[in-house]
Amino acid sequence: MADPMRIRAQVAGDKATVRVLMAHEMETGQRKDAAGKTIPAWHIQDVTAQHNGKTVMTAQWGPAVSKNPFLQFNVKGAKAGDKITVSWVDNRGDKRSDEATVS
Amino acid sequence: MQTRREILSHSAKVAAMLAVAGLLPAAAHAQTTGYNATAFSAKTMAEVMKALGAGAPVESKDVTVTGPDIAENGAVVPIGAATAVPGVKRILLLVEKNPAVLAAMFDVTDAIDANISTRVKMGQSSNVYAVAMMTDGKVLFAQKEVKVTLGGCGG
Repeated sequence: MADPMRIRAQVAGDKATVRVLMAHEMETGQRKDAAGKTIPAWHIQDVTAQHNGKTVMTAQWGPAVSKNPFLQFNVKGAKAGDKITVSWVDNRGDKRSDEATVS
Repeated sequence: MQTRREILSHSAKVAAMLAVAGLLPAAAHAQTTGYNATAFSAKTMAEVMKALGAGAPVESKDVTVTGPDIAENGAVVPIGAATAVPGVKRILLLVEKNPAVLAAMFDVTDAIDANISTRVKMGQSSNVYAVAMMTDGKVLFAQKEVKVTLGGCGG
């Protein structure tokens, strides 16, 4: 099971800015190890963000997203106390889901 | 009196109708998590757009791509894509000279701003494109050149 994501959601006016830092290697599949063998691609493929249980954004990522991916977006109409849930699935089928409360 | 068989068959028919209308949550979910591997292995912007079934992108001032002019570390380049125009369905981030041009694809709903930031890997100095696919079929883009100095002293 991967390390937890760090999610911060702060209200600014009538929106909440959500910043997520995920823990993942995001291996591109282009690198070679010391023996010269290509390290296989291992990266997050699908990301879902939900606000109070309703999906507000989905994303598909390729290996070009940086290691320990950072993501920032603004949710409209979010208030303090609302729940933001972010989940991801990677190309090996591993998944992770974390939740934060808007402050 | 309705038999159990008739009730079940009736439910199945209603479910089928709802699925066709795209209202069944499970069916809708299955569509959004279908990973588009073809788009992510495309080598040019034109191939990416074809893999996504979209038309040719048109450069537009309504889309903005933000990023550093010079990136100190090509492994972590902060890039943002935004558009002020309503009716955005999808935002794409492409790095022209990467082995796989499409870096990320965001399906936005109108519950969020059409404004996403993330960090991408860039193999070399290249143009970065933010593409906005609108619900009416239009495809708009903006580009920015980002120079990458991998471990160099800048310049």
